[in-house]
Amino acid sequence: MKTDALIAMLAQGPLVVPRRAVGHRLLAAIAIGAALAALVMLATLHLRADLAAALHVPMFWLKLAVPLVVAALAIAALRRLARPGGRAGSAVALGATFLALLAACAVADVVIAPAAERAALVLGKTALPCVFIVAALSLPTLVAAFVALRSLAPTRLAAAGAAAGALAGGVGAAVYAWHCNEMTLPFVAVWYVLGMAIPAILGAVLARRWLHWS
Amino acid sequence: MEDVEEALRAALLLALAGDKAAYVAFLTRSGAHLRAYFRRRLVTFPNDVEDLVQETLLAVHNRRHTFEPAARLLPWLYAIARYKLVDLLRAQSPRQAVEIPLDDDGIGELIPADASPAESQRDLAKLLDTLPDRYRLPIVLVKLEGRSVAEAARATGMSEPAVKVGIHRGLKKLALLASTRR
Repeated sequence: MKTDALIAMLAQGPLVVPRRAVGHRLLAAIAIGAALAALVMLATLHLRADLAAALHVPMFWLKLAVPLVVAALAIAALRRLARPGGRAGSAVALGATFLALLAACAVADVVIAPAAERAALVLGKTALPCVFIVAALSLPTLVAAFVALRSLAPTRLAAAGAAAGALAGGVGAAVYAWHCNEMTLPFVAVWYVLGMAIPAILGAVLARRWLHWS
Repeated sequence: MEDVEEALRAALLLALAGDKAAYVAFLTRSGAHLRAYFRRRLVTFPNDVEDLVQETLLAVHNRRHTFEPAARLLPWLYAIARYKLVDLLRAQSPRQAVEIPLDDDGIGELIPADASPAESQRDLAKLLDTLPDRYRLPIVLVKLEGRSVAEAARATGMSEPAVKVGIHRGLKKLALLASTRR
């Protein structure tokens, strides 16, 4: 077929496409992923028993803020990475700065604490469940974000996959924070971050295969 | 350079508002630039150039909702072209590392564009043959032979709306087939 004929064919269908398709599809993915994660959390883990009291403790909100910042930066990167030629941009540097800051605060917390309490500050009582449940609660968002990306056109697949994973991790951790009883910054800095890192790495690894579009 | 950017952008924005003539102009001109871009990179596989031009135009069409009206057009267009090129080279030498500089967006060598298309090697007409008659006949009669919808309806015994729907759905199917072929 001649290219001119192809062009004539392509010009036949309706040309108008939804505006802001990228933003809308990513938002829909987040809404679906967050809703599913919240449902699973409420049904199997339940809200923490002392939630009403915890709402008055700043640490509760800080614990929620960490994953929300990660998710917000990941969305910013993803909105760009979802388009041909898009790069992650400044979100990567901002995210690295944020995590470094978090780590510094956590180290300071540990150093200030009496030696006998240090281990408990970091390890808490639920370190391993935290990591794996955060990763598990991130899966709905990871899948939804991948579905959305497949309908868009990322050209840096691994970066887009990692950003989708970081977004999913942020959503998963933000949902888990409503169940989790741990109230120390070092705990969040280690185990929440690890839990979010798992979907991010998973996203980067799966991207080449699952985000490829043609 | 700036002229090309502006002209192509303006044409695509008109097309996305429903202007078919602007869309034909946009795709034709983009095709010429893409042809020049691929020809310089596929010196050893000249037969693949026109295939790649068509695949890229198809991808541009199918992913046109990812164009951000406020953004620049050429980086978007060449990112798609480069993505298609890497796909092709990977398919041809899966074991060989394919080296294309990451920042090779091709914009620097926009001109001269190449407006003389060769015939595509992989004949889209063959794909057309795989479509059912209710899609294939309207496309052949109206799009390839240039007959009117009314004539096509008479020739096939289909109603006019059915011919239009057949063209529309058939083109969609064709685009899908062509884009999943490789």
